[in-house]
Amino acid sequence: MTLIVPLVALLAIGVLQLVSITTMPPVVETTTVGYVDEAGGFGQYPTQGHIELVRFDTPDDATTALINGDVSEYFVIPPDYMSTGVINRYTLEKEVETPPVIATVIKNFLTSNLLTGKVPPETVYRIESPLNLVVTRLTETGAVATEQGGYGNVIIPAIFSLLLALSLMLSSTYLVQGLGDEKESRLIEILLSSVSTRQLLIGKVLGLGTAGLAQVVVWLASIPLLLRLASSAFGGFISTIQLPANFLILGIVYFILGYSLFAALSAGIGAISPNAREGQQLAMIYTLLVFVPLWFSSLLFIFPNSPIWVVLTIFPITAPIAVMLRLGVSDIAAWQLAASIAVLVLSTIGVLFLSVKAFRVYLLMYGKRPRFREIIRSLRSG
Amino acid sequence: MPAAEVNHIFKSFRDKVAVNDLSFSVARGEIFGLIGPNGAGKTTTIRMMMDIIKPDSGDVTILGEKLSEASKNKLGYMPEERGLYKKLGVIDSIVYLASLKGMDRHSAEGKANELLNQTGMLPHKRKKIEELSQGMGQIIQFIVTIIHDPELVILDEPFSGLDPVNTELVKRMFVDLRNKGKAVILSAHQMNQVEELCDRILMINDGRAVLYGNLDEIKSRYRSSSVILDFEGELGEVPGVTDKRTHKGYVELVLDEHTTPGQILERLVSTGIVINRFEVATPSLNEIFLKVVGKNHE
Repeated sequence: MTLIVPLVALLAIGVLQLVSITTMPPVVETTTVGYVDEAGGFGQYPTQGHIELVRFDTPDDATTALINGDVSEYFVIPPDYMSTGVINRYTLEKEVETPPVIATVIKNFLTSNLLTGKVPPETVYRIESPLNLVVTRLTETGAVATEQGGYGNVIIPAIFSLLLALSLMLSSTYLVQGLGDEKESRLIEILLSSVSTRQLLIGKVLGLGTAGLAQVVVWLASIPLLLRLASSAFGGFISTIQLPANFLILGIVYFILGYSLFAALSAGIGAISPNAREGQQLAMIYTLLVFVPLWFSSLLFIFPNSPIWVVLTIFPITAPIAVMLRLGVSDIAAWQLAASIAVLVLSTIGVLFLSVKAFRVYLLMYGKRPRFREIIRSLRSG
Repeated sequence: MPAAEVNHIFKSFRDKVAVNDLSFSVARGEIFGLIGPNGAGKTTTIRMMMDIIKPDSGDVTILGEKLSEASKNKLGYMPEERGLYKKLGVIDSIVYLASLKGMDRHSAEGKANELLNQTGMLPHKRKKIEELSQGMGQIIQFIVTIIHDPELVILDEPFSGLDPVNTELVKRMFVDLRNKGKAVILSAHQMNQVEELCDRILMINDGRAVLYGNLDEIKSRYRSSSVILDFEGELGEVPGVTDKRTHKGYVELVLDEHTTPGQILERLVSTGIVINRFEVATPSLNEIFLKVVGKNHE
């Protein structure tokens, strides 16, 4: 997975570039929409973008044209339009609501006709499209901020957090499976005759942590290269993609801490589970929690400052993913980052401490999984 | 300095006492038998010696010191529950586990080849562990136990799962280890398998020591006053014999208190029967165990 992700991204860029070279630029099809003007005075501006408006004398004529497929739909401007503003639209399609493109076309057609002769054509155009919002983020000193936000900022953290969640889940499963296999094959006792339980546990955690670090370094190092390749090939939106500030540093920090916590948790679960299968069932509980911030990621755009995000940032299991996601959308208060890292470090140490105990007590138990109450009792005494 | 010294160790699990005040020592250059029935506490004792579990009280000294990471490298341990990485090749398994004992790859490979050759396993060195038979896996496990030239070798139920040919092979290797001055601890519940090898034994039952010391001394202590006789001809009444027990292929003659085996032999020769075999009956460890445990239970 370490090398596959950048390679797949590279391949995707190549394929997209190849496709864009070999395919002709798309021909925009003109859509014909009918209308019946019962109010009178709506005869100009029949061309609205790539939609052509065709006038019919009666609704029956328009209906016939619609059934024959001459028009894709039609609308009627009733005689009392000026007092009610009601427009009746007729279509063969089942829709939840009128497509925004059509609504805009009808609105612009009506506006243009209503204003024609009363204001200059430029004013008509401006009234139709009065807002082209260009937002610039300033720093506290008033200078233009280097990081401007927007969707281009979200892409990399979103992809990265998804990959992090996947690799945390996979590596935890792998560790629980490995320990379960070592217990099932009775190898654990031979290992313990050479190393102490502490060394075995720390070795497993470090091994997984190093694998995680190698993974994150390869991914992070490949991002700028891939971005440069992609933006030079496609331009447009891709050229607006950028890495949020601190992303590289925090990415590495949370990757390592996340891996350490999950490795310690998995080692503890592996120790108390009699075999690999049961261990994986238990590991599902916390590996599923990793994905919680991703489930609610769409809410992040609407409510970036909701307290729920603070909770997810500080709760150690969801912290790595929540922080990665939030970095792309909004700023994270320094105290939240500090609290999140502190809780993550402390809980990793705590879990490691309990896992060492669980290792010592349960590693040589091959039979039934101990009950929760027994585990608590032995962790207290052991 | 003894290779291992165990002083008054206790271990209980929940309300069951697994090991109850055991003390013994094992010298270098001897094969020491830790024997007793299933569930007697042998494996728990060994695990405490290996520092895999801690005793509730008492202490264990290995090679003159408390067991540490460094001194673990001087130990070879083959647990009762055998296991290797099934998907790993034979030579890789041996080299990996030897590296945990501080051996470098080059010397581990050299020594592994030598031991594989000695045990006739060299043709299988490229196979995966899962492709081996149970007995072959056991030989690999034994190689793993001794590859790093340990000072003390502890083998828990070393003969289980071995066929007679391989049993003889590993027995020879145990004797070789002893001759090189290593201390070897054999734990077994089938006592007849270890009695021919052991210099000294500790017999345990229900976590307690029931017999401890030199095997020959113990045997002579429990020697019954009887002789074994295989003969041809008619054996009439022999003075000094109180009972005659007929077994398949021989007769056991039980002597009275005043008669020695030598006197009986003279008397038998004088009767004119053809004597094919005459020996002083020594009880097997099994019989001694039953005798001792029976006495303890009474």
